Amino acid sequence: MTTDNNKPTPPDSAGIINDVTSSDYKWGFTTDIATDIIPVGLNEEVVRTISRLKGEPEWLLQFRLDAFKRWEKMTMPRWAHLEIPPIDFQAISYYAAPRQRKAPGSLDDIDPEMKRTFDRLGIPLEEQKALSGMAVDAVMDSVSVRTTYREKLAELGIIFCSISEAVKEYPDLVQRYLGKVVSSRDNFFAALNSAVFSDGSFVYIPKGVRCPMELSTYFRINASGTGQFERTLIVADDDSYVSYLEGCTAPMRDENQLHAAIVEIIAETRAEVKYSTVQNWYPGDKEGRGGVYNFVTKRGLCRGDHSKISWTQVETGSAITWKYPGCVLAGDGSIGEFYSVAVTNNHQQADTGTKMIHLGNNTRSTIVSKGISAGRSQNSYRGQVHVAAKARGCRNYTQCDSLLLGDSCGAHTFPYIDVHNDTAVVEHEATTSKINEDQIFYCNQRGIPTEDAIGLIVNGYAKEVMQKLPMEFAVEAQKLLQITLEGSIG
Amino acid sequence: MNPLRQYLDFYDANAELIAAHAAPVLNDRRPEARAALREATLPAKGAPGYDIQGIDTLFEPDYGINASRLSIAADTLEPFRCEVPNLSTWLGFQVNDSYIDGSMRQLPDGVMVGSLGDAAREFPDVVARHYARIAPLDDAQVALSTLLAQDGICIYVPRGVKLAKPVQIVNILSGNVPIMASRRLLIVIDDDAEAQLLLCDHTQSSAPAMLINEVVEVAVGARAALHIYDLEQSTPATRRVASLWARQAEGSSLHHGTVTLTNGITRNNLHVAACGNDTETRLLGLAIAKERQVVDNHTTLVHQGLRGRSNQLFKYFVGDEGRGSFIGRVKVAPGAAKVEAYQSNKNIVATATARVHSKPELEIYCDDVKCSHGSSTGQLDADAIFYMRQRGIPEAMARMMLVQAFLSDVTDAIDIPALATRLRQLTEQRLGNVKALCGDCKADCHNPINPKQ
Repeated sequence: MTTDNNKPTPPDSAGIINDVTSSDYKWGFTTDIATDIIPVGLNEEVVRTISRLKGEPEWLLQFRLDAFKRWEKMTMPRWAHLEIPPIDFQAISYYAAPRQRKAPGSLDDIDPEMKRTFDRLGIPLEEQKALSGMAVDAVMDSVSVRTTYREKLAELGIIFCSISEAVKEYPDLVQRYLGKVVSSRDNFFAALNSAVFSDGSFVYIPKGVRCPMELSTYFRINASGTGQFERTLIVADDDSYVSYLEGCTAPMRDENQLHAAIVEIIAETRAEVKYSTVQNWYPGDKEGRGGVYNFVTKRGLCRGDHSKISWTQVETGSAITWKYPGCVLAGDGSIGEFYSVAVTNNHQQADTGTKMIHLGNNTRSTIVSKGISAGRSQNSYRGQVHVAAKARGCRNYTQCDSLLLGDSCGAHTFPYIDVHNDTAVVEHEATTSKINEDQIFYCNQRGIPTEDAIGLIVNGYAKEVMQKLPMEFAVEAQKLLQITLEGSIG
Repeated sequence: MNPLRQYLDFYDANAELIAAHAAPVLNDRRPEARAALREATLPAKGAPGYDIQGIDTLFEPDYGINASRLSIAADTLEPFRCEVPNLSTWLGFQVNDSYIDGSMRQLPDGVMVGSLGDAAREFPDVVARHYARIAPLDDAQVALSTLLAQDGICIYVPRGVKLAKPVQIVNILSGNVPIMASRRLLIVIDDDAEAQLLLCDHTQSSAPAMLINEVVEVAVGARAALHIYDLEQSTPATRRVASLWARQAEGSSLHHGTVTLTNGITRNNLHVAACGNDTETRLLGLAIAKERQVVDNHTTLVHQGLRGRSNQLFKYFVGDEGRGSFIGRVKVAPGAAKVEAYQSNKNIVATATARVHSKPELEIYCDDVKCSHGSSTGQLDADAIFYMRQRGIPEAMARMMLVQAFLSDVTDAIDIPALATRLRQLTEQRLGNVKALCGDCKADCHNPINPKQ
């Protein structure tokens, strides 16, 4: 950190800044568990094998094969502000499943080692111990391990299960909605996921039902040499509400593991879906070795009038993040929101943002993005706001701030604003700066050490987004923010 | 098919003719330009930075190229029927790509405003050091211009000279058949010198399409100041692809304003490299895009030195089936500390068929900076219109006043008062659909609500 000559230098501020970003990844342990892995490589036979192993119906196999054929003709997108090393898609195993004797009907059927893993991660698989009142679908590598509170939710007509189970138990629902928001034509990684997705979560909230608890999926990559390709589908029928949380971690490995997921949300008339993510995949070590490549396509469709989809994300992990959760605002009066804190440190790269596509009349969208860059990382916001010609009276507000901690990192802003209508009001503003030395000086004057002052300022900076997280996640996210930045402020 | 092919074939067939009618310094750079174009393509719609309009299609028609330098008639008086009153300038003309002297003989000693060919004889080192050196040949548009340019204009202001009045260059695109003009402008302002430059673009042609391929290279020396104002009042048949490449040395100041009032399809690229410390840069843009006009401004401002300051303000009024696009990038290089860079793009969309595309970008590689950008797109304030109507102001007049007020941020920032006043009048006329070339017309310019055309 540099200071003006006429101001006192905060005590050992450079050292504190280094301290704040030098902490270690605390979720990097591996679980020694028997895993079934198919051989590396990707071809039509692998796609058929995945489908066969999962006992899928013919329509889903065809869905996968169509996607695979499209993927073969596609090339990796290169427009993001990322340096992506070549990825050998033939050197990855596309299916890994923790070995279980039978499907886990109860907690006793789950491998004790796996249960210990989720205990260490703080994920409540035991309903009687789950004081948080949160229903969890835990996914390790390619398959769902256990979904809690299913029966209680079923009493309200809510379906919350792994997508593999949903394909078997509710095939009509899955077939009606799968791929309707994110088509396999959408992009390279969406096509890849559509071809090889292994598992994920399925949620259906019936008409008029307000889901009484937070639904949560916890993703864990464990096996080496594999990728994770989960798929989440959330359908909120008329007048329903659900809040959904997603968390993820991975072991520390020298290799780069690939994560290419899809999340699709459909909100019908007056339905509301709140989707929160705390993304904490392994970011690689301080020299940039290892880490997860996180290429995710997330999109919500506000199909019904006055529906609402809200994305909140805290992005702290992954070596490379390529992720743009978006909303297609098709219903009149529908609302899309995107709140994001993206923190990059060491050699991490993030190119993340959102898309708000206004198709319906009087649709509204709000984007608040806070980027924090430290170490030698590169952090980019990329967002699109599109107002279609027939969408009257639309409104968008975008605020996009970047904070730089250190002189070797980068913070970038790439908004795209397309207005095809004479009744739309679209506003975008962005700022980039380092931590204000006057604010640190003010805190120092009042006896607050520089490190605490920096913590206060960063938390205050991110508060607007953190407030949007459900309480269960807000505390975890705030701690994560502090840990991720430990040793980096400078 | 790659539209460059026809130009390469033309060059290969006429290389000797082109060289025979051009100064040696221009010919020296042709082989490198030819080599650069071997694998090049002109950016198409959808290419990075070309979101609404590619330039490949603009070069597709079979334009005539005046390689033999035949004299083309043009009326140099017509553009001055609405001249800037109370502003004395040193005047020169450019018809297509040929320079015609106006009043430059009275310039101070050592100052050169003339054709590139003359400048190459008078100041060979200056021209050789900068011509096709500031603009990179790996840009296909620049390479094509360098391949075909046979002349151009050079403005050279030596060390310490401060020009007392602006230099004005009136560009006239003329011809009765489709013509492509390769315009070059080289501006070298030495250390501690100061100059102001007015560029006015007009078209006198009945041809269905005319193309300007313009490359402007600017070198601003240490502590020097250069203000450029570029006004386009052309025709719907005019296609203009213009790029400016500027380098700023330590302590220098560069102000650039681009005003588009009438045109066909315009693509302006501004590339400014603030290389030295303590530079000051201001980029202004004003566009009124009506009927089927397309105005596509693209800026790239790179801060490489310490304590650089920059401010960009682009405002668009887009109506009818007009298209407005602004893509602006501010890049702060590693180590360029204490930079303050601001960028603002504001647009009014007046009709359901008009389109606006805005893409302000920040690319920051240094932490000790203050950078911001803002973009807004909307309409005139209905409450303000209602307020004025309540007080007896007709709706059309109220709208006009609000648009004028909206655009006045840009005109007020122009630091030649007489030009700022004139631009306010011209924008008012344009908004009222009164042609700027109004010497013979009966329009009542003081009543833009009901002009008698």
